[in-house]
Amino acid sequence: MLKNRIIPCLDVKNGRVVKGINFVELKDAGDPVEQAKIYSNGGADEICFLDITASNENRDTIIDIVRKTAKECFVPLTVGGGVRTIQNITDLLLAGADKVSINTAAVKNVDFVKDASKKFGSQCIVVAIDAKKVSEKKWEVFTHGGRNKTGIDAVEFAKQVEANGAGEILLTSMDKDGTKSGYDVDLLKAITASTNIPVIASGGVGTLDHLYDGIVKGGASAVLAASIFHYGEYKIKDAKEYLNSKNVSVRL
Amino acid sequence: MNVTIVDYQSGNISSVINSFTEVAKDKVNLEVTSDIKKIKVSDKIVLPGQGSFKSCVDSLNNINGLVDTLKEFAITNKKPLLGICVGLQMFADVGYEEAETKGLGWISGKVSRINNQNGKFKLPHIGWNEIEIQKESKIFKDIKNKSHMYFVHSYEFIPEDKSVISATTEYSSKIVCSIERENLFGTQFHPEKSDKTGLKIIDNFIKL
Repeated sequence: MLKNRIIPCLDVKNGRVVKGINFVELKDAGDPVEQAKIYSNGGADEICFLDITASNENRDTIIDIVRKTAKECFVPLTVGGGVRTIQNITDLLLAGADKVSINTAAVKNVDFVKDASKKFGSQCIVVAIDAKKVSEKKWEVFTHGGRNKTGIDAVEFAKQVEANGAGEILLTSMDKDGTKSGYDVDLLKAITASTNIPVIASGGVGTLDHLYDGIVKGGASAVLAASIFHYGEYKIKDAKEYLNSKNVSVRL
Repeated sequence: MNVTIVDYQSGNISSVINSFTEVAKDKVNLEVTSDIKKIKVSDKIVLPGQGSFKSCVDSLNNINGLVDTLKEFAITNKKPLLGICVGLQMFADVGYEEAETKGLGWISGKVSRINNQNGKFKLPHIGWNEIEIQKESKIFKDIKNKSHMYFVHSYEFIPEDKSVISATTEYSSKIVCSIERENLFGTQFHPEKSDKTGLKIIDNFIKL
């Protein structure tokens, strides 16, 4: 039976790990390679790096981090942030990433998802959707780390990226991100019900119960979290044992 | 000993290189190449594969003499070869991803899309799944039944001769996830991404 995945995410800025509270007020907390190793040894099912300043700054630091991490971690590694061109993807994959996550570039031009999945295979193309609630049961896609409104309906966009070859959707609720009040379960339900590719839930985890809600109530195939693992509140193992105790199948 | 990872410009093989480098350390000389001369003198070959069945087969065919060299190595000379993911799938006669495409034809069978029961099972099949060992395999030495392996695929290899199947995994149906026939080995899952258990499988292959 396929297991539900737990994916710790490391937000990286200038080669250091940070975690944003609603994408502002960043705290510095460690070396990404070391952190990734701790997660991998602790049973993380995958590791995710998000280069949060890639839109504006030099991307070479993240390439170097990916290269070092990939030599020491033998679980899948996803890298996102500022992925705009086929060359960006080539560089990250050659450095050792297994998947890339595309956000703004996919919204600007959905053909980019098609070109990328055709060239590299759907298995390594994750589309990251940042969504914000605009009315009851209605969510809109945002870009640039939640700064720019697009007017695009999140559910429609999810279907569109699936049709264009995305292998997975990384779905972040901009309303919930950094709040520790749990995933936006309604948003998750809306997306998982209207797509047939795996959805990774992101944004808002504060307790282990939230992970349970993302999988069981939201229908997510994987749950991504940053701060609850990063600041040592819980270990990956705690999360897995908790989920297992509630009959959610995980890799123990 | 020389182990060659065949780099035929198809998909991302960094993780395969990293994991084999980690396991091989100084014990083995590891080459990453499509140079036919080097492949001929190898002791073992790893055939990775990412992307579609068609794109992988096309890439293999694009390198002059590569398919014949691999066939001579694995079929005529019966030296150990490990296919990973689409690398395994290409052993088949035919694949149906993108377009009907002729495979290497080393093990009779076909590669078709997983029947996901009308969307009941999400595709790609991504993540950690348990393997059910169906027969003893040299690459499963010290690997426990029901070990977790990392999968990423939407197509499955269906061999005609079921006796080649060394492990299956459950996802909508029993999917073939590992095969062994004499010197030929293949895994649908990614040992290079399957943590310590995966590295053990690589170690078993290197130590054959």
